Amino acid sequence: MQVSKEELLHIANLAQLTLEDNEVEKYLQNLQEILNFANIVNNAPVDELDITIGANEAKNVFRKDEVKIFEDIDSLLQNAPTQEQHMFKLPKVIN
Amino acid sequence: MNITELTVHELQDKLKNKELTVTEITKAYVDRINEKEKDVQAFITELTEEGMKQAEEIQKRIDAGEKVGELAGIPIGIKDIICTKGVKTTCASKMLENFISPYDATVMEKINAEEMIDLGKLNMDEFAMGGSTEYSYFKKTKNPWDLSRVPGGSSGGSAAAVAADMVPWALGTDTGGSVRQPASLCGIVGLKPTYGLISRYGVVAFASSLDQVGVFTKDVQDCAMLLNVVAGHDEKDTTSVDVGPKDYTKALQKDIKGLKIGIPKEFYGEGINPEVKASLEEAIAKYKEMGAEVEEFSLDIAKYALATYYIIACAEASSNLGRYDGDRYTYRAKDCKNLKEIYKKSRSEGFGAEVKRRIILGTYVLSSGYYDAYYKKAQKVRTLVMNEFHKAFEKYDVIVTPTSPTVAFKLGEKSNNPMEMYLADICTVSVNIAGLPGISVPCGVDKQGMPIGMQIIGNKFCEETIIKAAYAYEQQTKFREKYKPTFKNK
Repeated sequence: MQVSKEELLHIANLAQLTLEDNEVEKYLQNLQEILNFANIVNNAPVDELDITIGANEAKNVFRKDEVKIFEDIDSLLQNAPTQEQHMFKLPKVIN
Repeated sequence: MNITELTVHELQDKLKNKELTVTEITKAYVDRINEKEKDVQAFITELTEEGMKQAEEIQKRIDAGEKVGELAGIPIGIKDIICTKGVKTTCASKMLENFISPYDATVMEKINAEEMIDLGKLNMDEFAMGGSTEYSYFKKTKNPWDLSRVPGGSSGGSAAAVAADMVPWALGTDTGGSVRQPASLCGIVGLKPTYGLISRYGVVAFASSLDQVGVFTKDVQDCAMLLNVVAGHDEKDTTSVDVGPKDYTKALQKDIKGLKIGIPKEFYGEGINPEVKASLEEAIAKYKEMGAEVEEFSLDIAKYALATYYIIACAEASSNLGRYDGDRYTYRAKDCKNLKEIYKKSRSEGFGAEVKRRIILGTYVLSSGYYDAYYKKAQKVRTLVMNEFHKAFEKYDVIVTPTSPTVAFKLGEKSNNPMEMYLADICTVSVNIAGLPGISVPCGVDKQGMPIGMQIIGNKFCEETIIKAAYAYEQQTKFREKYKPTFKNK
């Protein structure tokens, strides 16, 4: 499948990435090359097979829905680029 | 006696006989790091001072007559993808350059419970994406056998640190070969267990259905010992499996008469370096001599598996890496006007090129219009790969292949060609896709003295079988006695 420049930019946008003008050609070429290789999966004899999601049998693992308090708030917040009053500080979301 | 050349079980013997103290051992490794790190560049964060302090405290307790654990005071190195409380966990990314985990990964809790001494966090490809450790944001690790070559990846720092005797053993992670391939390229032992055997809690996620923690050691006995420490069910990881208590050192047996070994001929064909192939053939002949029943068979999945791997791993990565948004604990770009700009600029500036490449590929194969052609197809191929292995293990106890198609390549040789770098994973990825255990053991060197690794693949949760096969071979061939890293081409 041929990937267009517009498609690449659309995908990058979906992934919340900005590609610089001088990067676009390179990413386009890489993506095309990898997809050309990945196309081989379409030749695999798998029409009769079901999909597999994980390495082991998928089963639900239940536990009690209990609240556990993580006490060490300081060590969580020390990683925040900006914080105020023990909260993450971010630009306004709704104007 | 050169302390840093010893294996952990040898160190243990000397501790028991009072030939060595915990302080002497740690001091020897710290000196070795100070001597070799400038050439090898394996560490992102060194913890040598903290390590010395911890060693002195343990030694004090021993001197006071207190009984300590069998592994207390044994140094270790940790891949910088495993969360360590109070110490940076960077994933070799600008995105997490200053991230200090508020908690320990379950495997770290186990290491700490043994009172092992963490001497530092080891280099890797950014977010474990790569096969040479050249995609680290911080530094390029060199191969101790030839400093102009890569150590492999993504756990290249772990492999190089063990090979260079800077730590006696180390932890890594393996999503498509990231423990086995660098172990092979650095001439040491590397084991990736069955998916679910070791908890992934606190291990930064790359591709959750493929990621597993693995161990790097100097020999197979140490490998069984370290696996004993880190394996086990964890309720904090819902994919972790309870197989009950096991002692993997019981599998250290030399007699493998009657062991059924399958040789998948497709893994010895095109793309496999002739010297690698010759070395493997020699190893197979050795197995026959030891009484194993060896048979060639067809396992025609390698090329499908590689394509499937890159589709599934990138799809999962594109989702997993969505959390890095500049909000709470990551790099944040400057001068952003709104939230959307924080997301986009922080991600574009914080991720390296390979990570962005894989996020884009992953987003593409999951997007409408391509989901069926790539992602869904890849999930079906995953079933095919599992079925083919299942059939093979009805006939064979283990499957033997090269770990890597070539020996360690030169720094810069493949870093600008993603497809060529991906092909270096051709022998290892199918094991992750099927969730099987695999071990790489050194089986020789090429004409230039670079190590070659043999991969032994087992059926699910049959770690004992591959450990036994690896141990018996190692005891016959004694690679460590014949070859050691030369640190040439400084």
